[in-house]
Amino acid sequence: MSRARAEALLWLAQRASAAVLGVWVPIHLVTIVAAVRGGLSATEILERTQGSAAWAVYYAVFVLAVSIHAPIGLRTVARETLGWRGPGLELATLAAGVALALFGWRAVAGLVMA
Amino acid sequence: MKETTLAMSVWRGDAAGGAFRDYRVPARPGQTVLDVVTWIQRHIDPGLSYRYACRVGMCGTCAMTVNGKPRWTCRTLVGTVAPDLRLSVAPLANLPVVKDLACDMTQFFDKWRRAEGRFQAAPGSAADFAVVPPESAARQAADAGIECIGCAVCYAACDVVSWNPAYLGPAALNRAWTLVNDVRDGAQAARLAAVAGDAGCHACHSHQSCREHCPKQLNPTAAIAGLKRLATLAALKGEI
Ligand code: SF4
Ligand code: SF4
Ligand code: FES
Repeated sequence: MSRARAEALLWLAQRASAAVLGVWVPIHLVTIVAAVRGGLSATEILERTQGSAAWAVYYAVFVLAVSIHAPIGLRTVARETLGWRGPGLELATLAAGVALALFGWRAVAGLVMA
Repeated sequence: MKETTLAMSVWRGDAAGGAFRDYRVPARPGQTVLDVVTWIQRHIDPGLSYRYACRVGMCGTCAMTVNGKPRWTCRTLVGTVAPDLRLSVAPLANLPVVKDLACDMTQFFDKWRRAEGRFQAAPGSAADFAVVPPESAARQAADAGIECIGCAVCYAACDVVSWNPAYLGPAALNRAWTLVNDVRDGAQAARLAAVAGDAGCHACHSHQSCREHCPKQLNPTAAIAGLKRLATLAALKGEI
């Protein structure tokens, strides 16, 4: 794949994941504010999320979008402010994405699996 | 009556470095920044180097940093930018200095070339007159950016140029966009490949500093957004 094509597709991936986050983040914020204000305890929250396919899908997609969006943005910041370029940066970007996805999905599993 | 004077601070130096030097210049009604710089050279300091040609906002050679902002000096009135009669003049940012206020424009125009910023006639297009309806979307998009005078004001105003020296910059990308919209041109795939990616349109943060400062009121940000759209589509289709 040409470098120009790869960069264009990364740009698209970041925009697409931003679009998902634009919808997902408000839902997440409203949910946690409602849960806390409604006085739900951790146990009561887990009772509602465990075994719920809807919450599992919602948070799994959330984690995926973050794992795509954040590393690409950090890569740009690293290039522009630290002048870091080259294969090392690409590896670090990939590692950041994989780490975010794995830790995030582990947390989702903890939330929805009984 | 006592003559009013301008307190001028003019950058003197070369590629190795320099510093501001102060001058006092008589204030005159309708005076431009270029008039003041010329007055200093003619009356105080013949060694002061700067560049200009047309003095009427056409050639794009006279741009400098005036009170911290990039401007075309031949069309910038002292009265509007320095009501307190204090003025600093420095070379444009993001370009190497040759001497004093004159910058080396080589990289700026090299980037136009790298962005495929020249017309390349489609094969066979010379056989007959091309009919380009003035109201067509492509013609209007090209028209919107065609009046660029190559002054590099936008280039000096763009943070991404300073962060990423390979970035083609607003003027070269604006030029490429006018050609992308030229239906007679036959080099579109090569041009989209040239303007895509880290050194091209996808590096633009759309913060519109170029648009804010362009003395011709062009909108390179919009041109770059158009390039992003087409280059990304081409990347999806595997054409670049
Ligand atoms: S909009 Fe893009 S080209 Fe214009 S100044 Fe900002 S980053 Fe530079
Ligand atoms: S786009 Fe505007 S600021 Fe940039 S070079 Fe052209 S005329 Fe000058
Ligand atoms: S001298 Fe030509 S644009 Fe200013």
